[in-house]
Order: sequence, then C-alpha cells, then structure tokens
Amino acid sequence: MITRVLPQLLRQLCSRAVTNLFPSAHMPPSLTAVLSDPEVSPNPPVPVGKRFRGRLHYDRSKCIGCRLCVKVCPANATDYLAEEKKIVIHNDRCCFCAQCTEICPVKCLTMSETYMISSYARRENVVADSGPLPAAEPKA
Amino acid sequence: MSATYTIPVGPVHVGLKEPVTAWLELDGERIVDAKVRPGAIHRGIEFMARERNPIQVIYLSERICGICSFSHVLCFIRAIEDLANLSVPIRAQYIRTLLLELERLHSHLLWSGVACYTIGFDSAFHLGMQMRERVMDVLELLSGNRVNYGVATFGGVRWDVTPELVKAARGMIRYYRREFGPFREIVMEDPVAQARMRNVGVLTRDDAVRYSATGPTARASGLRVDIRKSSPYEAYADIPVEPVVPQDYFGAARGDVLDRFAVRVLEVYQSLDILETVLDGLPEGPIVAEPNLNKVLASLKKADGTGWGIIEAPRGDNTHIVRLKGGDDNVSWWKVRAPTYANAVSWPLMFRGNELADAPLIINSIDPCISCMERMMVTDGRNAGVVTKADLLKRCRQKTFDMRANGFEGGAER
Repeated sequence: MITRVLPQLLRQLCSRAVTNLFPSAHMPPSLTAVLSDPEVSPNPPVPVGKRFRGRLHYDRSKCIGCRLCVKVCPANATDYLAEEKKIVIHNDRCCFCAQCTEICPVKCLTMSETYMISSYARRENVVADSGPLPAAEPKA
Repeated sequence: MSATYTIPVGPVHVGLKEPVTAWLELDGERIVDAKVRPGAIHRGIEFMARERNPIQVIYLSERICGICSFSHVLCFIRAIEDLANLSVPIRAQYIRTLLLELERLHSHLLWSGVACYTIGFDSAFHLGMQMRERVMDVLELLSGNRVNYGVATFGGVRWDVTPELVKAARGMIRYYRREFGPFREIVMEDPVAQARMRNVGVLTRDDAVRYSATGPTARASGLRVDIRKSSPYEAYADIPVEPVVPQDYFGAARGDVLDRFAVRVLEVYQSLDILETVLDGLPEGPIVAEPNLNKVLASLKKADGTGWGIIEAPRGDNTHIVRLKGGDDNVSWWKVRAPTYANAVSWPLMFRGNELADAPLIINSIDPCISCMERMMVTDGRNAGVVTKADLLKRCRQKTFDMRANGFEGGAER
C-alpha cells in the first residue's frame, strides 16, 4: 500500500498550498483584525471560475419594473416596489441560479464574483441599488 | 430461551450522514431483526412547489438532494417535457448526458471514500476524497458551482460546453484512468477491507427482486437492471450501456457489501467510457429549443396533463410525476420517488445475522440519501388535525379570557 500511496504523497508535498492554518493559537477578539495584520500572510483564495455566480448586482437606473425577475425567482428573493416600479433584492435569500439575469429584458441584473456575503446585519444583504456595472466586471 | 434486546441506531448517529432510525433487535452482538423508521427529515418540498411555477420548481427540485441534484432536476424537467411535448436539441441531450455521468462519477467516488471511512480505512477515505476533487473542478468549470449546478432548463441546457471544458474533461478522464486503479487495488485487495465487506449485509438475488431494489444495490445482487439500457433517454439512445453486474467480473454475485463496492468502482470506469463517447460525439447545434423564457412560461401555462420522468440516478432509478393544470401558473402536484426509497426496504434483510458493528456499514452500503427518500409523512391518526397559526392565536387569546372569567392563582407575583 505504501508504494501505491507514495507518488500521491510526493505530489502533494510539491503542490501549491491553498488552505490556511488558523492564524492564532486561540480565538482572537476580532478575526478581521488578525487577518489584516501584516505579519499574517494567508495563502490567497483560489480565483473563482468563469461561470461563477456570486452576489447579485442590480442597476436600479436601468430597471423598467417589468416584474419578470419576481416571477421566476425560486427563492422569492426579489421584492417588487409597486410605487417606484423597481425591485429590492434580498441577497440572503438568493439561491444564485441566475434565472433573473437570464430573463431580465434590459439586463440590469448581473451576477458578480463576490462570494463573501455573510454579515451580522441582515440589512447589508438587502440591495436596493448597486449602481451601474463597472466596465471590468464580467457578465454572467 | 435467548433474550433479545433492542437498540436504536439514529436518528443522529456517527455512522450516519443523515437522520434515520434503525431499531435493531440484538441477540448478543448478532442482529436478529431490524426496523427502519424514517421521518426525521421531511421538508415538504412538494408543498412548496405548489405555490411556484415550473421554472421556479427547477431550482427547488435541485435542492431535493445535494449529490444527485442533477438527476432530480433532469427527472423533473423530463416529466414536464413529457406532458408539454417539448423537444430538446441533440446537443443539449448530449450535454445532459455528460452532466449525468459526471455526477455519477463524483457520487460513486464520494461513496467509495465514505465506505472506507465507515470501516475505519482513513487513508483510503482521504485518497478517494482527493480524487473526487478533479471531477468537482470539471463540474465547476461547466456550471460555475460544485453542487446544485443550475444547468438544465425546459427544452435544453443553460450553459454550453466550451473547448476549454472539453480539454479539462479529457484531462480528467486520463487522470482517473491512471489514478483510480491504485485506489481500487488499495481497498479491494486489502485483506482487512475484504474481511470487513465480504459476506456482510447480503441481499440475495430473489430478495432484491421481491423488495424491488434498484441501481447498484440490485446490480450487486446480480440483477441486470439499468434504465439506461432498458429505457434509454437523452444520449443513451446513441450510447450502448451494459449493466455492471459482479458475475461478469468475479464469476458470481454474492450481493454483499464488497459486491456493492465493486459495482460502483466498475461503474466509475463505465462512466469514464461514456464520458469519452459523449465528448467524441458531441454534435453541433443549439443548446436550447426556446431561448425566450417568457414563451416557455406561456406554453407551460397552457399545458395540461400528467408527465413522467424516469432516469437512472447514481443510486438507482429515480421517478418524478408532475401534473400541470391548463391556465394555472403553478405546479398542480408533483410526486418524487427517489431510489433510496426502494433500496431502504431491503435494509432489515441485510441486517439479519450480522454483527452490530457492521450496522453503519450496511446502512451506508446502499448509498442512502434520506433527504431524497422522505417525501411524505403518515400519521397514525391519533394526533390527527393541524394546528394553524390562527388556531394557536385563538387558543392564546382564549386562555386570557378564561383567566379573567375564572380567576387565577399567583399570576401577579410571578
């Protein structure tokens, strides 16, 4: 068995590390503070794939209020504001299927590459407007 | 007279990945009888589907199972396509087959790793899980996700196969042809692993027929059953698939855990062959029959009838039956029969005569997916009736009125 596993072991020794050890011996008061410490240099995250579907990006000015996204959203993550004829996106409910970006006639909804979307305040995940799409950001 | 005693394995147990209860009746260490009691993880997905339109239900059906999610999606979509008479372009059918085989590959690799973990063979477990990463990378490249791919849609698929993906998939096939042999030999030729799995949890051929086992569980008992052969769907009509049965490879089918392990391992090689055929013969053309989702939704609103979708999932045959009513946006009803439901019936038979320490291995040997299986709850009628939110509110208010009318003791001091 050792002879069969040995090539695997050697290959792993040479391969690039992508996981990180926990940055301190005990749970620090603030993990964010430890991670921003210049002495701690974690391995950078692996870049996301081309078809990765991250947090929804909503260009409110382009939205025409057709309600198609509300109709197809499996998770009911989009709320329609009847008075303003716009929508509000609850990103914490979003299941990242990209069905709304596919059906949107004016393409005001796109999937970004942001995947770190958890937060302590629910309000941070309610998106009313994330502005026009930056030119560099790839479209889903 | 020998006294037996009963112990429960589950609903939450180290040997189990999902909640299910097995009441084992023991005589010493030997299992005399067993009762399997599911019911701890019913989620009411079909009920949620009734307030959603078919496009929304695609993503709901994906959440029935994390490992064989594409099988459930495709099954649901095929049921809808069956009732609405939607056609699927040939390229889309090939991409669906590609996904199904990639999923089978990762499911079988995961299972063989977990089986090694269950018997305490941790190095083989890590080796299996490490190998699985390669197919997960290909799945991620194709769909953007490692689980819940969101690939299929009515009348086709949503993401096309790119030359980059074909290259990655071919690299993956070469990798598995090279690396999977050592893993198979490490486990299947290890005398201890053999001793742990040989003649454990036997399901005879006759019992497999009688208790309608499906998929690898049935094939390990020597039955030549495979929906891909008996009722080909998608690109399997072009690709001949022979059911993998142990008697073709080892002379006889014993129906024990080692046979189930062998069938899944051999199906990995079969999947690699199918993947290669799919990649070689990938036809050109559109990937979706009707790209305009509004038109699809409108045609599904008009559709009326009951549709069936039956496919060979990694664990056995998966059946979805859907009813749509004309003029109604939402799914009228939806029935899911997951493969574990058929296979779990054989558990008590497999348990009989084995030691208690083999119980988690036997439970894992059919590759159970309890979340797939639990599709309804049956009560005995003693606690019949549903207490709704309004009922509860009424009771809460009534208590105050009763207290006012009848007086109460010590309420103010507390």
